[in-house]
Amino acid sequence: MKRSTGIGKYMRLDRFPTIWCAGCGNGQVVGALLRAIDTLELPQDKVVLVSGIGCSARASGYLDFNTFHTTHGRPVAFATGVKLANPDLHVLVLSGDGDTTAIGGNHFIHAARRNIGIKLFIFNNGIYGMTGGQCSPLTAHACNATTAPNGNMDTPFDICELGKAAGATYVARGATYSPVRLEAMMTDALRHDGFAVIDCVTQCPTYFGRMNKMSSAAEMLQWQKERTITLERTASLPAHAVKDKIITGVFRSERKPEYTALYHNFRQQFGKDKDHV
Amino acid sequence: MIKQRKLMQGNEACVFGALYAGLNFFAGYPITPSTEIAETLARKLPAIGGNFIQMEDEIASIAACIGASLAGAKAMTATSGPGFSLMQENIGYAIMTEIPCVVVNVQRLGPSTGGPTAPAQGDVMQARWGTHGDHEMVVLTPAGVEEVFTLTVKAFNIAETLRTPVILLMDEVIAHLREGASPPEAGELLVVARKEPKESPAEYLPFKPQDDLVPVPASFGTGYRYHVTGLYHDEAGFPTGNPEKIDRLVRRLKHKIILHQEKFLFYEEYLTNDADIILISYGASARSAKAAVNDARAVGISVGLLRLITLWPFPSTAVSRICANASVVITAEMNLGQIYAEVCRVLDSAQRTLSVTHVDGTLIAPQKILAAIKEAAK
Ligand SMILES: Cc1ncc(C[n+]2csc(CCOP(=O)(O)OP(=O)(O)O)c2C)c(N)n1
Repeated sequence: MKRSTGIGKYMRLDRFPTIWCAGCGNGQVVGALLRAIDTLELPQDKVVLVSGIGCSARASGYLDFNTFHTTHGRPVAFATGVKLANPDLHVLVLSGDGDTTAIGGNHFIHAARRNIGIKLFIFNNGIYGMTGGQCSPLTAHACNATTAPNGNMDTPFDICELGKAAGATYVARGATYSPVRLEAMMTDALRHDGFAVIDCVTQCPTYFGRMNKMSSAAEMLQWQKERTITLERTASLPAHAVKDKIITGVFRSERKPEYTALYHNFRQQFGKDKDHV
Repeated sequence: MIKQRKLMQGNEACVFGALYAGLNFFAGYPITPSTEIAETLARKLPAIGGNFIQMEDEIASIAACIGASLAGAKAMTATSGPGFSLMQENIGYAIMTEIPCVVVNVQRLGPSTGGPTAPAQGDVMQARWGTHGDHEMVVLTPAGVEEVFTLTVKAFNIAETLRTPVILLMDEVIAHLREGASPPEAGELLVVARKEPKESPAEYLPFKPQDDLVPVPASFGTGYRYHVTGLYHDEAGFPTGNPEKIDRLVRRLKHKIILHQEKFLFYEEYLTNDADIILISYGASARSAKAAVNDARAVGISVGLLRLITLWPFPSTAVSRICANASVVITAEMNLGQIYAEVCRVLDSAQRTLSVTHVDGTLIAPQKILAAIKEAAK
C-alpha cells in the first residue's frame, strides 16, 4: 500500500497561520487525516469537508477541498444533504466534542442510525475551546472548567458507546498521543462504506490544561498516555485495572447497506408513482 | 384550448409547483398544517430520481436542504410555526452563504404550540425578522390554490436568481383548501436553472458579485474547490476581519434583493380605481376581504381591495400610490396588526387608517371586515 508522502498539497498555506494555540492537538488530528486521505488518493475535487463551529471546526478553512463551515452542532445534518444529493462525494465531518455531542447530539445519533456514508471525526479535547474553556459533555468528572470552577459534577458521554448504540457501523477511538494508530483508523474509516465515527482524543493546553494544572502540551500528552489503554491490552487485564481508563481501538467495523445506496435501490423498486404530474 | 381544471389542495399545489420548478430534494419534519407537502413528496420524489428524507427535526431539515443545494439540488422544506422557529438560525446561514432554497411555512395560530389546525397569519414579522442580524427577506403569500402553484415556481426562480432563501408563507386555510385549479402546462412558466461559473477554477472567486450583485458559487464536486462559511467572508469565501469588506458584504446581501425587487413585488387590485376606502389584505384573509368589498359595494360604499402577494420586501411604493387618494385605509389580517404597522409606516401620517385584527383561531369572516368598512364610511 502507498504510504503518504507529502500532505502540503492539501493545505491552503496562504490561510496560515491557523487560529490554534501553541500545543493544540487539532493540527495532529488534521495531519493524521490528511495522511489517510493521501494514502487513499481521494481526489480533492470529490472530497467535501463539513464542519460546525468551534476551534476544531476551523480546520475546514485551512484545507484545500470543498469546504463547508456551517452552524454550531449541525454539520452532520448539512452533510446529510450533501451526501444524499451527490453520493459520489466523499463527505467528511470535522467537529468538536461540544459540537457533536451537546448541541448536535441528535444529528449524530440519527446519521448513525441511518448508516449514511458520512465520516465523522470528533476532535475531542474535553472542553469548549472556542468560547474559552466551558464544560462539554466530554469533560471528565471532577475536572475544572470555567463553568465548573469547583469541578465538573456531570458524567461524560462515551462517544464510542453512543455511536455503537445508535447504529454506526464503524466506531473507533484514537488519540494524538499515538498519531500513527489514529491515522490507520482514519484510513479504515475513509474506506468504510457506511457511517463512521472516530473519537479523536486531543489536548487543549490553553483552557483544559491551564484549569487542570497541566499548562503544557507535553504534560497533557503525558496525562493522555497515562489514562489511555488499547483495546487489545484490556483483554488480559482485570476489570479494576481498566476502570476509569480511556480505551482506544476499533470497537466496531461491520458491513451493512449504506443509506444512499439503499435509497438508490428503493427508487428502482418503488419509484413508479402513477399519478405523477 | 381549454385547460383542464383539477380539484387540488393548497399543499398539493405547492408540491406540484415545486416539482414544476425542478425540485429534486426535500427534507422535512412532520407538522400540521404542512404535513401533506412532505407526505406527497415522499411518493413523488423517488419517482423522478429525487430525494426525500424525513429528518430528526426542523433544524436538521433546513440544514440538509442547504447542504443538498450546495451540491447542486433544488431543495425545499415545509413546516409550521414551531418548526419555523427552529429553522431561523440556518435560514440566516443560507442568506449569508448565498445558498438558494425554498422554505414553506404554513402558518397556524401561535405563540407556542397554539392551535395546530387553527388559521392565523401571525408569522408575518417572524418571516421578515426571525433570523438574527440585518438582512433582507423575500416572502410570498398566496390566496388561492392555483396561486400556490405559480408562487411556488416563482419562489424557486427568485431563490435561484438572487441566491437567497425564499419563504412561501401560506396559512392553514389556503394549505387545506380544495378548489379547482388550472396548473400551467410544461413550458408555460419560466423556470430558472442554477447558474454555473464561466471562469476557470484558477481565476474563480465564488463570492464575487456580478453586475446584478449576485455571485455565482459553484456546486460542490464540479471542480471548483472553495470555502463556504457563515462568518464574514471576502470574495474568495474566506473569513475576514476587514471592516470595509464586512460592511460591503452585509450591505450587498440586502441590496442585491432591493435592486431586483420590482421584478417580484406582486399584488392584485380589485375595484381600487375609484375607491374612497382601500382595504389591504393577503392570504386567506383577502378572500373574506373581497367578499366584504362586494357586499359593501352592493350597499353603495366606494371600497376597493389591494391584495398583497409579496409581503417582503414590503411593496411600499405600490401601497402609498394605490392608497394616495383614499380617505381611509383598512388593513384586515389574522394577527394583531403586523402588516397594519407597515401600512402606517408608508402612508402619509395624515391619512386615516384602521386595523381589523383576528386571533381567535377561526377564519376571519367577511362580516367582520364589512362592519369595519361601514364604520369607516360613516
Ligand atoms: C447556536 C450557538 N450556540 C453557541 C455558540 C457558541 N459556541 C461557539 S463554539 C462553541 C463550543 C465549541 O466547543 P467544541 O465543539 O468542543 O469545539 P472546540 O472549540 O473545543 O474545538 C460554542 C458553545 C454558537 N456559535 N452557536
